[in-house]
Amino acid sequence: MEVSISVNGTNHSSDVEPRTLLVHYLREDLGLTGTHVGCETGYCGACTVIVDGRAVKSCTMFAVQADGAEVRTVEGAANDAGLHPVQEGFWECHGLQCGYCTPGMIMSSIALLEENDNPSEDEIRHGIEGNLCRCTGYHNIVRSVQYASAKLRGEEPQGASAEVTT
Amino acid sequence: MYPPNFDYVAPASLDEALSALAGADNAKVLSGGMSLIPLMKMRLVRPTTVIDISRIPGLDAITDEGDHIRIGAMVRHAQTATDPLVNEHATALAQAAAATADVQVRNQGTTCGSIAHADLAADQPAAILALGATMVAASVRGTREIPAAEFFVDTLTTTLESDEILTAVKVPKGGKSVYRKLGRRGSDSDYPIAAAAAWVDASYGTISDARIAITGVSSKPYLATTAAQAVVGTDGSSEAIAAAASQATDGVVVLEDLYGTVEYRTHLASVYVQRALEDVLQ
Amino acid sequence: MSTTSVMGGIVRRKEDPSLIQGKGRYVDDIKRPGELAVAFVRSPFAAATVNSIDASGALALDGVHAVYTIDDVRHLGVTPAQVAVGTLRPLLADGAVKHVGEAVAMVVADDRYIAQDAADLVFVDYEPLDAVVDLKEAMADSIQVHEGTPNLLLTWAGNAWWEGVVELPDPAPGIQEAKERDDAVVVSLEMVNQRLIPTAIEPRAVLADWNDGYGSVELWTTSQIPHAVAGAIGATFGIPSNKVRVVAPEVGGGFGLKLNLYPDEFLCCFASKELGRPVRWTETRREAAVSSIQGRGWIGTATITGTRDGKILGYELDAICDMGAYSQNFTVAIPLLGLFVAPGQYDIPTSYALHCVVTNTPTTDAYRGAGRPEAAFYLERIIDVFAREIGMDPADVRKANYWKKEQFPVTTAVGMTMDSGDYETNLDALLARVGYEELKAKRDAARAEGRLLGIGLSTYVEVCGFGPSALTGLGFSWAGYGLPTAFNGSGVVRVQPDGTCTVTIGTGPSGQGHQTTWAQIVSDGLGIPMDDIEVQHGDSNDSPMGVGTFGSRSIAVDGSATFEATKRVKEKAAVIAGHLLEAAPQDVQFADGGAHVAGSPDRSVTWAQIAESAYQPHTLPEGVEGGLESSVVFSPPNATWPFGSHLALVEVDPDTGDVDILEYWATDDCGNVINPMIVDGQVHGGIAQGIAQALFEEAIYDETGNLLTSSLADYPLPAAESLPMFSLDRTVTPTDVNPLGVKGIGEAGTIGSAQTIVNAVVDAVSHLGVKHIDMPLRPKRVWQAIQDARN
Ligand SMILES: Cc1cc2nc3c(=O)[nH]c(=O)nc-3n(C[C@H](O)[C@H](O)[C@H](O)COP(=O)(O)OP(=O)(O)OC[C@H]3O[C@@H](n4cnc5c(N)ncnc54)[C@H](O)[C@@H]3O)c2cc1C
Ligand code: FES
Ligand code: FES
Repeated sequence: MEVSISVNGTNHSSDVEPRTLLVHYLREDLGLTGTHVGCETGYCGACTVIVDGRAVKSCTMFAVQADGAEVRTVEGAANDAGLHPVQEGFWECHGLQCGYCTPGMIMSSIALLEENDNPSEDEIRHGIEGNLCRCTGYHNIVRSVQYASAKLRGEEPQGASAEVTT
Repeated sequence: MYPPNFDYVAPASLDEALSALAGADNAKVLSGGMSLIPLMKMRLVRPTTVIDISRIPGLDAITDEGDHIRIGAMVRHAQTATDPLVNEHATALAQAAAATADVQVRNQGTTCGSIAHADLAADQPAAILALGATMVAASVRGTREIPAAEFFVDTLTTTLESDEILTAVKVPKGGKSVYRKLGRRGSDSDYPIAAAAAWVDASYGTISDARIAITGVSSKPYLATTAAQAVVGTDGSSEAIAAAASQATDGVVVLEDLYGTVEYRTHLASVYVQRALEDVLQ
Repeated sequence: MSTTSVMGGIVRRKEDPSLIQGKGRYVDDIKRPGELAVAFVRSPFAAATVNSIDASGALALDGVHAVYTIDDVRHLGVTPAQVAVGTLRPLLADGAVKHVGEAVAMVVADDRYIAQDAADLVFVDYEPLDAVVDLKEAMADSIQVHEGTPNLLLTWAGNAWWEGVVELPDPAPGIQEAKERDDAVVVSLEMVNQRLIPTAIEPRAVLADWNDGYGSVELWTTSQIPHAVAGAIGATFGIPSNKVRVVAPEVGGGFGLKLNLYPDEFLCCFASKELGRPVRWTETRREAAVSSIQGRGWIGTATITGTRDGKILGYELDAICDMGAYSQNFTVAIPLLGLFVAPGQYDIPTSYALHCVVTNTPTTDAYRGAGRPEAAFYLERIIDVFAREIGMDPADVRKANYWKKEQFPVTTAVGMTMDSGDYETNLDALLARVGYEELKAKRDAARAEGRLLGIGLSTYVEVCGFGPSALTGLGFSWAGYGLPTAFNGSGVVRVQPDGTCTVTIGTGPSGQGHQTTWAQIVSDGLGIPMDDIEVQHGDSNDSPMGVGTFGSRSIAVDGSATFEATKRVKEKAAVIAGHLLEAAPQDVQFADGGAHVAGSPDRSVTWAQIAESAYQPHTLPEGVEGGLESSVVFSPPNATWPFGSHLALVEVDPDTGDVDILEYWATDDCGNVINPMIVDGQVHGGIAQGIAQALFEEAIYDETGNLLTSSLADYPLPAAESLPMFSLDRTVTPTDVNPLGVKGIGEAGTIGSAQTIVNAVVDAVSHLGVKHIDMPLRPKRVWQAIQDARN
């Protein structure tokens, strides 16, 4: 089937099988391998992208469902001005180890902060409950989002240096 | 991980969708896809046609219809959870939607899809049972309304016919309601091990009417009728609540799985009936 | 160790800019032109005879290139294992299947979707047989997994097995006598340390590309041990190891499950050779649950004999350990790792018997901690039970039995020599930071109000940093893969002609941040800025002969090799700089990205100038060879022995049994620290996995051997909402078995945490009569334990 999907601001017209999952379309057809696959039941969130402004799991959506949609992936998170504050937060606060959950985690965090730029710790944990990380225990992910939140609100963010011992 | 192939249609009108559904054998309606797609990926469900109803205009609205609110087939969990009308008039449903799954699933999955899918542990069916909602089902044969109490038949089975689409759920206004759950990963995350929705009409001090629905405990979400009766006519004293709680699983077969024994689930059902009642009567 | 800001300081990770932008290259991201995809046909039975396989339907499908069965690959032999005790795994089921999910046939097709379509069309005729899943039943041997072979592969007991390698005293000196003393208190408890599915978020993936022209093969694989894989592929296909290039690029979490050799790695090479095209397989999550290794799976009885003053006179551990159906890399050696630390931090007589039995389930092998979390769990749980029995504070009981700082080096009851330790200082530091007495008062006050608060404590000692060449006799080598290398460390440091630096190491990260930590070591040594240092790893052709990442060994062993190589490069650079500056090498000092003559900072050269000279030998002094690099192989005299203390405060909901972790503190000691941010991160993740075992995760099989928890829907990994923030601190007791004084921190968090939580939950409900609850402490179990105690 013909689909036309805008990905990170670029329009793509492609012929896909109805069964092609959006994540495979992004990874295999468009070569955007930043979006990862970690399961088939929709639990891990490694595949999270933003479709028409909402974080969704691209492994649980057919590419044909995204026909006409605007998709944002981790590859589109940074812009000419540099890294997205969320990406910066993950870097500054050691919010990633193996990095496999990270693109999905970053996209969920971006979506969360677009809705609420000053979330509490509980709200952050709730906002990323659909993203599993096996490496970090989430501690530094929460701090990364807090960093980004401060940065987005024009406050002085706290990096890893504040963190050797708590 | 890799679903079998199928024909895909995305009708632009309900009529088109209904004819497509009537015309194909082994077709599946796709709304949010949060249950259907994982099942297809595991090849446990293999429809030959998938009818995506998300492009039908108008299905994604929550509207105030005077004595009830109407939630269209494409209203997502996230919308149900945050909508002011739902929060005001159908608090239990808003809470159940907010407690469903995670952010991404709530952004995609639909309230009607969850009801139509009828997982035995789904959150929102309990709320719509307690709220006394009505399902609106359409087919090429016409439209009919089904009371929630008659809708759920068994695990993943409802009274919807295979050519019907659940186009909306109508939730009556009035009374107060609450939803409380224990999720599989603790607090309210993931499917409930047990959960209860309670609705009461206590406008004049004493409880003149009540409904309690329980999910995760038996082979389908169910109305705990005798439990509800135990608080009707009372002022919601702790004795009345305890009496209601003790009848939470009367007449149902309680199930056992990795998350709970029969004994534990029976007990949890009482605990959550009690908690829901305490909350709603506060 | 020097303490400049690079070493020991927080440095943002060098790997992150790529990973946070989706530019990391994991195996599944690497594409080869013309590649084909694989799907496996897997057994639905835990035990069955395979009568026949009919692939005609699959082969008739468009886009299908081949369907292979054991008949096609039997000539390649079985999947090699390093510790080859027991039945090794056939590459594909050979006439019978021994666990659910065992691969029976391999389909190769144009893409993954078609491969799966075809796999569905392969018809296998099975004749189901009785399976044995329960460990005690397996021990009884009435159903044998491999007919004619006892299920009990071996029992680690006494000292026969390490005779000649380590001298062990009488295995249980005086314990029986102690039990007969009038004042003896004996506590004993059977406990389960349940099976876990390691679950790295990146599933395993393999991409093989055979080149007939060169007679060589390239394999990209999600591995912690690419060199071992290369050796084994070479041995299996009869080609030398240098014709096999194995690359482990970014690896999305390992935790031991990628410390293994899997049939698919060999099968994809085989298919690529046969079909002349690159061949890829990527595991699905449900497949991962049965096609990759699992961890833990012990049922054991721990017994302490002691006196009311808290003195422990003897510790006994008798456990059955689940090996699964086949032996893979280290399978039967995992309990042995536990034995190395069976007596923990204590000077106590210890006796043990660990029975390794096979069952009709997937193989078990190393999962984060590998034997050591199990050992710490049994010991630290039973110490808690003992403390409660004699009415003494659990912290005091521990202190009463610790090895004292002055006693080190010590030889433990299992014959291990621990070089350093200061356990009491570490525990005291934790208790002081926590405010232990106030915390106990808070718990008691809450309890008086009917709230169930509990405090749990565990301390631990770990053995890691493998390891000494002398341990080769215990199987600590890759000899099983045709690569008779001890578990050495290796590091190559090369200053490039432009003055930048390339470091190649024999170990690679699966999230541990090697690129950053190693750059810190080299930057600190040479004064070359972090940005000018690149760390390469994971390529069996390009990196020095390496061993891999596991057993918290990388920094202690490969880090030390790199440290030594850095020193040698610096010595040579001093000679060259001295020559350029007309000064004696010993008068050359390094600073600010170059070198200068001591006392005259303006007589200086940059690294680029030194390097330029190094690569133009005619400019060098007499007798100095060209180039500026050093390659070092490091073999430590001993393993390292990190330790620590963990403490948790939990609350139990009495009505539901739901457990809430209110606070979690840990004070670990991994010796010197190169990057505290990374070390903290390792501890966080380790604690999370221990908590996951304590509260959430369990691989559950029904009696027919069917895995009921193969998807993430049924195997609940903790999400962000399930965990608290972790409050960390450190003591620093350096080791002298390596020049960095580092001990390893990858597994420590996991080793210390599971029993910390169980101890806390039991503490919360012990006044109701609860003595123990088996993990995972799901609400139903906690609630049931309270009910049982009440009745
Ligand atoms: C990771 C994850 C976690 C989850 N956790 C929870 C949880 O905690 N609690 C919970 O309740 N649910 C949970 N769910 C399920 C989720 O709520 C689904 O969204 C819901 O069950 C189905 O809604 P849907 O719109 O996605 O339906 P779909 O998946 O599109 O459809 C589901 C089924 O219903 C049919 N159907 C859908 N819409 C209609 C309609 N309008 N008319 C007729 N038939 C229809 C389909 O044909 C299909 O058979 C979870 C799902 C995932 C992936
Ligand atoms: S890949 Fe796991 S949720 Fe999408
Ligand atoms: S960083 Fe490895 S899974 Fe999150």
